[in-house]
Amino acid sequence: MLPKPKKNRNVYLDHAATTAMDERVLKAMRPYFLEQFGNPSSLYNLGRTANRALASARATISAALHALPENIIFTSGGTESDNLAIYGIARAHQSRGQHIISTLIEHHAVLGPLADLKKDGWDITYAGVNKEGFVSADEIIKKIRKDTTLVSVMYGNNEVGSIQPIAEIGRAILKYRKENNTAYPYFHTDACQAAGALTLDVEKLHVDLMTINGSKIYGPKGAGILYLRRGVKIKPMILGGGQEKRTRSGTENVPAIIGLAEALKLAQADRIKEGDKQKKLCSMLWNEIQKKIPKVKLNGPEIGDGRLPNNLNVTFMDVEGEALLLYLDEYGVMCSTGSACTSESLEPSHVLMAMGLPYEYAHGSLRFTFGRENSLADVTYLMKYLPAIVEQLRELSPVSIGFKQHAKYKK
Amino acid sequence: MSKKVKKTDDLSEPVDIRSSSGGGWLYSDVVKDHFFNPRNFMQYDEEEKFEYNGMGRVGSPACGDEMVMWLKINPQTEKITDCRWRTFGCGSAIASTSVLSEMLVEKGGMPIDEALKLKPQDILARLGGLPDRKVHCSVLGDKALQAAVNDYFRRTGQHARVLTAGAKVIDAALNVTDKDIEEAVLEGARVLEDVQKKLKVGVFNKESVPQIEELLRFYTEKYYG
Ligand code: FES
Repeated sequence: MLPKPKKNRNVYLDHAATTAMDERVLKAMRPYFLEQFGNPSSLYNLGRTANRALASARATISAALHALPENIIFTSGGTESDNLAIYGIARAHQSRGQHIISTLIEHHAVLGPLADLKKDGWDITYAGVNKEGFVSADEIIKKIRKDTTLVSVMYGNNEVGSIQPIAEIGRAILKYRKENNTAYPYFHTDACQAAGALTLDVEKLHVDLMTINGSKIYGPKGAGILYLRRGVKIKPMILGGGQEKRTRSGTENVPAIIGLAEALKLAQADRIKEGDKQKKLCSMLWNEIQKKIPKVKLNGPEIGDGRLPNNLNVTFMDVEGEALLLYLDEYGVMCSTGSACTSESLEPSHVLMAMGLPYEYAHGSLRFTFGRENSLADVTYLMKYLPAIVEQLRELSPVSIGFKQHAKYKK
Repeated sequence: MSKKVKKTDDLSEPVDIRSSSGGGWLYSDVVKDHFFNPRNFMQYDEEEKFEYNGMGRVGSPACGDEMVMWLKINPQTEKITDCRWRTFGCGSAIASTSVLSEMLVEKGGMPIDEALKLKPQDILARLGGLPDRKVHCSVLGDKALQAAVNDYFRRTGQHARVLTAGAKVIDAALNVTDKDIEEAVLEGARVLEDVQKKLKVGVFNKESVPQIEELLRFYTEKYYG
């Protein structure tokens, strides 16, 4: 039987899902709930104070992005920002064309609107990825047509951590525009997973739109931004009082915006140091897994510059991810899986499938994503139990990958 | 072997097993107990020794899971005196099989005729329910059991008793069978459009539509009614 821990430890290894809020962020936010609760659109002093705070948050964020304050649109989070980018560009420029290019490994907040636009007559082209989960800039450029209005490629993949060549794609798009004497296509990137680890300099990345949210960088949930390059028009989705330069109506969520700005500032200031630390923990865990557990496979790029430093995605052959997850939960370890059994559609992770992984590999995949509060002790604790858990579930399993073909594929 | 399990949420409420309410998670105590302490599974050191006279292996097209069941049937009494299983699947699949194995061998063993009549609902009832999305996991056990009993019939030369669950073609052009409809229902289909989506087919032949709708009702009733 499995060993039981003397003391259960909570080991949170799902930072790609969301993060705890930083105390400093909470402190910055607090006054704006209670005393400084004004509506930034109000003219009296209380409103003006809120407006000033909003302006300073905007300035902080735009500085982190090397952008202008007026290019920052506050939204309710990553999903809204992605939706606004895609619908906003598609609908504002549909007289020019109805073709969009994206990739097979995007977040559902991008894939959803694209599938919806397709129903309305848009033509969507998806670029594939290689075995490690990388999109090729060349392939994207080759897909551009006269009627392409938008290219949307995520910055860092949430499941396998592959960092996409955003700057390279951005440069190639610039070149295309110049050679063809056109302003199209625009270029959007979802940087939700990248914000804590990579540069967000929009000038270096050559992006026209960029999505960031607060809840992955120790900021509040329900707060996000869309960077929108000057001169690029989008059609708003939420209409009303005309806030955010008429691109996103609704009274600004001042405390959340203050928190988001503080969180982004802290995340960007710490990103190199934190990245190094988390990368070390990732490789340590991966080394230990290889040493102690047979039949495992790393999904995604090698741990290194091509991979988000906090992401480790491993397949444990012959076992099912949700079962692993539930066992780990009993020990206080929290992570996620790409198994079909956890998904609403009973389909395995679209990212692992796009990488050409066989079905049964996705089934046994676990994703660990590290964060600021993790330490070596977490890795040690996890590795005290993980080998036994995998062993136990393997004993229960009739499947032996490499020997028999999987049922789903037997024809 | 057994251990204390935490009280979980009220299972009369529909349960989304992905919801993270923070507290204990959301299967019934019975499911948890069987998941963490599975009974009668085939241990490594038994593989060579365990004597059986019926073995069934099935795969679930729903999410790609697999199950094997080994039965030891007393030819005189036709009772299942012992059984072993292995399951590749989620917590619900493991718990379902474990519970099923317990039902088969308790009280001196279940007669095979009775075993063949077991329905997924019987397993579900004993488990204290599963979330809708997980009902299909319990169906696998039922199918593995039938396959194993059939194997026993074949081994003992009782070919006439073999139950053939032949698939009936509903839409010849698309090669859609009643089995396909059953699986679609288990994967969550409730109306014709769902079936089309799950089976990735276009429009059905007009004549086949009433029959498909009837099967939809039948299987929805069977598994969720
Ligand atoms: S076995 Fe896949 S969902 Fe239960």
